[in-house]
Amino acid sequence: MSHSRSRKLTDLLLLILFWLYVSIPLAWGVSSTLQKALTLFK
Amino acid sequence: MSGFFSPQRTVAKANYNRWMVPPAALAVHLCIGQAYAFSVFNSPLTRVIGITESAPDDWKLTSLGWIFSLAIVFLGLSAAFGGKWLEKVGPRLTMFVAACCFGGGFLVSALGVYLHQIWIVYLGYGVLGGIGLGLGYVSPVSTLIKWFPDRRGMATGMAIMGFGGGAMIGAPLSIWLMQHFASPDSVGIMQTFIIMGCIYFLSMLIGSFTIRTPPQNWRPAGWTPPVVQNDMISQHHVHIDQVLKTPQFYLLWLVLCLNVTAGIGVLGQASVMIQEIFKGTISAAAAAGFVGLLSLFNMGGRFFWSSASDYIGRKHTFTLFFILGIALYASVPAIGASGNMGLFILLYALILSMYGGGFSTIPAYLADIFGTRYVGGIHGRLLTAWATAGILGPVLVNYIREFQIEQGVAKADAYSVTMYIMAGLLSLGFICNLMIRPVHEKHHIKHDDLDKIDSLFPHSKQTDLEKSAANNSHEEIR
Repeated sequence: MSHSRSRKLTDLLLLILFWLYVSIPLAWGVSSTLQKALTLFK
Repeated sequence: MSGFFSPQRTVAKANYNRWMVPPAALAVHLCIGQAYAFSVFNSPLTRVIGITESAPDDWKLTSLGWIFSLAIVFLGLSAAFGGKWLEKVGPRLTMFVAACCFGGGFLVSALGVYLHQIWIVYLGYGVLGGIGLGLGYVSPVSTLIKWFPDRRGMATGMAIMGFGGGAMIGAPLSIWLMQHFASPDSVGIMQTFIIMGCIYFLSMLIGSFTIRTPPQNWRPAGWTPPVVQNDMISQHHVHIDQVLKTPQFYLLWLVLCLNVTAGIGVLGQASVMIQEIFKGTISAAAAAGFVGLLSLFNMGGRFFWSSASDYIGRKHTFTLFFILGIALYASVPAIGASGNMGLFILLYALILSMYGGGFSTIPAYLADIFGTRYVGGIHGRLLTAWATAGILGPVLVNYIREFQIEQGVAKADAYSVTMYIMAGLLSLGFICNLMIRPVHEKHHIKHDDLDKIDSLFPHSKQTDLEKSAANNSHEEIR
């Protein structure tokens, strides 16, 4: 039972890590582009 | 095929979470999306010898333009020809080859810069990189559609949104690396190519190693196909070669080509266009900001429209693109003349969101019409429409604009006719989309033929172990 629970937790952590791995660079790219885009409204 | 890359080895085990697949696809698409940012290398590549300014022996911009053009041509070719191979070997090997080609393309290009031989750069980024682009683009799409039968549009939208977002990472990363490696003796481009090649290779490798295909006939827990059958969502499959004998393939080809031609035509000219229409109000920096804003809408549209298509249907989504597109393109000249910049920006943002939406909705449209079995390969073949539009769009806009200026039309007004012609192209796309009907049953794969096909395409064949996993996995796999 506890083995199954710890496995589920590991899988969940892996899933979160994997999503962070792709979303952090994407968020950085979006924020850089947004900053550049803001010059249009200055 | 046996071993780590065999299609059987990529089938998910019972405890696999399907939400692991979108980041695997994004890990590839965020890398290859860098292609849209290749222009940041143009200026430094013209100063490899002269460093501060172009020397007589330095490469000219006209020669450098071929690098991106070659990459797009090879993207189309590899997607078209590699799609069938993808169906045979599965997504893992295809993504691995894509990683080797795209990352390797950067390394070969670095050698080209070091030796100052342009043909090596053509071979590197143009040919090798282009093949990596095409294989990488199509490889996760069919896997996502199979994992998300309940939300096909959203699933493909997530991956293809990554392709739009790749340039947003690639451009600032390239600039930062070139600044870091720049010295009195070097523009830093060779080192940048090496670092980026390694980063992209590793990232795509992670995507390749983590991707999993669902067991045959797998369904999400608690989900059953809708009881009320929609004629536009086929329950049958059409073979990848048989698809070319259906009118639906060519109509969808035209739908994508015309939607992309219109979008790509204005995207390439956006910066010059806003500066000429709002002369004196918009600086070069503000125009660059405008292009950045359009990239954001291009990326967001990829996710938004394809997700919306899950609810309103693929055909209706494209109908909306065309009707709204015709109205928006036709309004641009009047809005530009009125001087209402806010509305002008809003129109362009909407246009670009639908341009991106076309890319991400088309794989789900294909799956609806031709079934999911060969959708990766069929999608690859349809991408020749993108390569065609990549040439047609900019040529059309540039040619019409130059012709008008030669005829004495003011620069600021030279885009009006172009916009009306683009609206005309969208009208053609609207008619093509309207003509799309379900595929005639004579094209469907017969059940008796499936075993025969499975021997040619082992990727979709089930072993006894997988059958057992499929039967037990409905509750386990989320």
